[in-house]
Amino acid sequence: MLGEGILKGLAETARNFVGSYVSKERLTTVEYPEQRIAPIEATRDFPFLVYDGKDWDAGLRCVACQICEKECPPKCIFIEKSKDKKPDAVGKQQFYPARFDIDISVCMSCQICVEVCPFDAIKMNTEFELSTTDRFGGLLLDRQQLAKSNEYYHEIHPTEASGVDARLAAERAAAEAKAKAAAEAAAAKAAAAAASSAAKPAGGEA
Amino acid sequence: MSFVFYILAAITLAGGLAAVLLKNMVHCALAVSIAFAGLAFLFLGLDAQFAGFAQILVYVGAVAILVVFAILLTRSSDTPKDGGVFSRTWLAGLVVAAAVFAVIGWAVLSSVGGLPHEAAVPTVTVLQIGQALMGPYVLPLEIVALLLTVATIGAVIVAIHEKEDAK
Amino acid sequence: MVEKLDQIFVLLSHWLVGFLPAGLQQAAGIVIGVVVIVCLYPALFALAVLMERKGLGRMQNRYGPNRVGPYGILQPIADGIKSLTKEDIVPLSADSAVHFLAPIVVVVASFMGFAVLPMGRNMVLVDMDAGLLFYFAMGASTELAVFMAGWSSRNKYSLLGAMRAVAQMISYEVPLLLSSVAVVMITGSLSLTKIVSAQNAYTGIFPHWYIFTPWGFAGFLMYAISTTAETNRSPFDLPEGESEIVAGYHTEYSGFKFALFFLGEYVAMFSISGLGTTLFLGGWSAPFSFLTWIPSWIWFFSKLMLSICVFIWLRGTLPRLRQDQLMNFAWKFVLPLSLINLLVAALWRFLGEGWQRWVFCSAILLIAYVFMGLQEARSDHFGPRSYRYAE
Repeated sequence: MLGEGILKGLAETARNFVGSYVSKERLTTVEYPEQRIAPIEATRDFPFLVYDGKDWDAGLRCVACQICEKECPPKCIFIEKSKDKKPDAVGKQQFYPARFDIDISVCMSCQICVEVCPFDAIKMNTEFELSTTDRFGGLLLDRQQLAKSNEYYHEIHPTEASGVDARLAAERAAAEAKAKAAAEAAAAKAAAAAASSAAKPAGGEA
Repeated sequence: MSFVFYILAAITLAGGLAAVLLKNMVHCALAVSIAFAGLAFLFLGLDAQFAGFAQILVYVGAVAILVVFAILLTRSSDTPKDGGVFSRTWLAGLVVAAAVFAVIGWAVLSSVGGLPHEAAVPTVTVLQIGQALMGPYVLPLEIVALLLTVATIGAVIVAIHEKEDAK
Repeated sequence: MVEKLDQIFVLLSHWLVGFLPAGLQQAAGIVIGVVVIVCLYPALFALAVLMERKGLGRMQNRYGPNRVGPYGILQPIADGIKSLTKEDIVPLSADSAVHFLAPIVVVVASFMGFAVLPMGRNMVLVDMDAGLLFYFAMGASTELAVFMAGWSSRNKYSLLGAMRAVAQMISYEVPLLLSSVAVVMITGSLSLTKIVSAQNAYTGIFPHWYIFTPWGFAGFLMYAISTTAETNRSPFDLPEGESEIVAGYHTEYSGFKFALFFLGEYVAMFSISGLGTTLFLGGWSAPFSFLTWIPSWIWFFSKLMLSICVFIWLRGTLPRLRQDQLMNFAWKFVLPLSLINLLVAALWRFLGEGWQRWVFCSAILLIAYVFMGLQEARSDHFGPRSYRYAE
């Protein structure tokens, strides 16, 4: 019968219309500024710099190797390497970024900088409320704005962050073990040298 | 009353002249529809409601659209590149328009004797028009209706024929 | 008291006019009426836009606008301010005079229809002998305005939209007129006030509305289909099909000129719903004889808003038609059925009172509907389209 489908359709929309007032599960809308859904763990938008410890400036993991700057497809990262070195979180002397800017109006959230970073210093953020009244300066984030603590990283990406921490700890432990071994070897060598020098006091190593 | 008449007459004449003189064909068609509307309001001023509204319904609503479609479908709607608002052949247009006007004017003036001379304008209602069309003038009405039907069928046949050719 | 309330606007107008000298009274009365119409319908327009956005939202299980004011009721005001403050852009190659005139002609032609609509007992601006004809004459002039808008924009989408709109409006104007002519045949008058008063009678408690007769019901359906097409509403919104031709004939309009087109579309909806109410739903008359104490204008405007709700409901339900489906539907279904309905109305008139005419008329219409419905369903118009040149 012609017109039957139209009536069925009208009944369907009427059911939805009334249903949206009656049953809550029909209205799936989240009224955003007041209501929020917790972001899922894999969320990412723009990169940030991780620091360890309390002081952001001292604790930055970044050593200004500039790999991310070179790899960035839209070239939104700008790094200026420091002239001097200063101790990092574990006290090792390292270069540090004198300037580290990311233009998030250019960034395309590809995560390549994160993939290539050998120091786990740059990670993806989940902060999305970034609107600003100044579209040039306001979207060019500098070192201080980019720096976030490791605790924050744990907060937004818990699984990933603990993985990173475990790996870093393992690497550090390995490095320490290696250093220890090297030190021991050096000490043994030194001892041996001392012994040999004791045997032959005039000898020495350059 | 006469003041309104002069305004309407001026609008109608301006529309008619623009239709003859302008260069852009679509502008001409729109000007013609202004003239049609002015005429319709002149009819209304003469208390001829039915004629006035029929004029708007048929001429502004249908004939003007038909003219516009005809212009757009025959590629004469391209905007002329060279400057100027008026058509280069405006004189010819004016002459043709004047000739048509002269013929119609002559016809009207020579048939004045046949019209009834009534001092007061009779109020013609739609009912009376309907009764006249269905009573004394039913044969002319039917002939016109037949003619239009034949024309429509002819147009359809022509269109269908072309389509089969295209296949 | 009831009588006073019914005539409150008429009395108010008379009282206001009474302050003026006798020579000016008639003109002042007309001016008051025009001002009221020009203020009232844009207000209703705001209400209808809000209803549409909220209603469509609920049909799609959304909230709809709910930010501006409590429950979003100030949204139309915000929209109005926005469109007023937006930049008015005219394309460089556009025909500026025609481009400027088109929205004005649309709005003026849409408003003209209200002049003859009786919005309550004694509430009609001009009680014209040929009221219905006047209404359709004014409706016909919007076609030219739509064409002006589309052509003057010098944009292919605008021109396509305008051509679609004009083709559609001309095609559906025929069944629109034919379904109204049935009413004129039964009433024997083109005057809308007479059409209403012919329906303002009761058998028992039930009114003599034309929709409660076989020919009236069929005519009302044809009228409703044609009006939906005539006002370019979904599912016949091909002229502004957003997914195909941007916004059709008003693609190149911005700011307040766009708002005028929007207003014109809704005002046309109101006036054509008002006409439908007048022709088939008894105009300002009450639906039951025991409800006649409620003022007539309340009935008219409730019927009007109910029609608008149906428009919104249809928009929320039906997908857009294809151009060939649209034309086939107009010329091969709606038009023949309106013609048959015209015959049936004539039969109804000449069969006289009695049960026979109910049976005869209903039977003819039902058979025609079923037969043509089957024919349509079997034909290939509604299937996938075969293309001649673009395969």
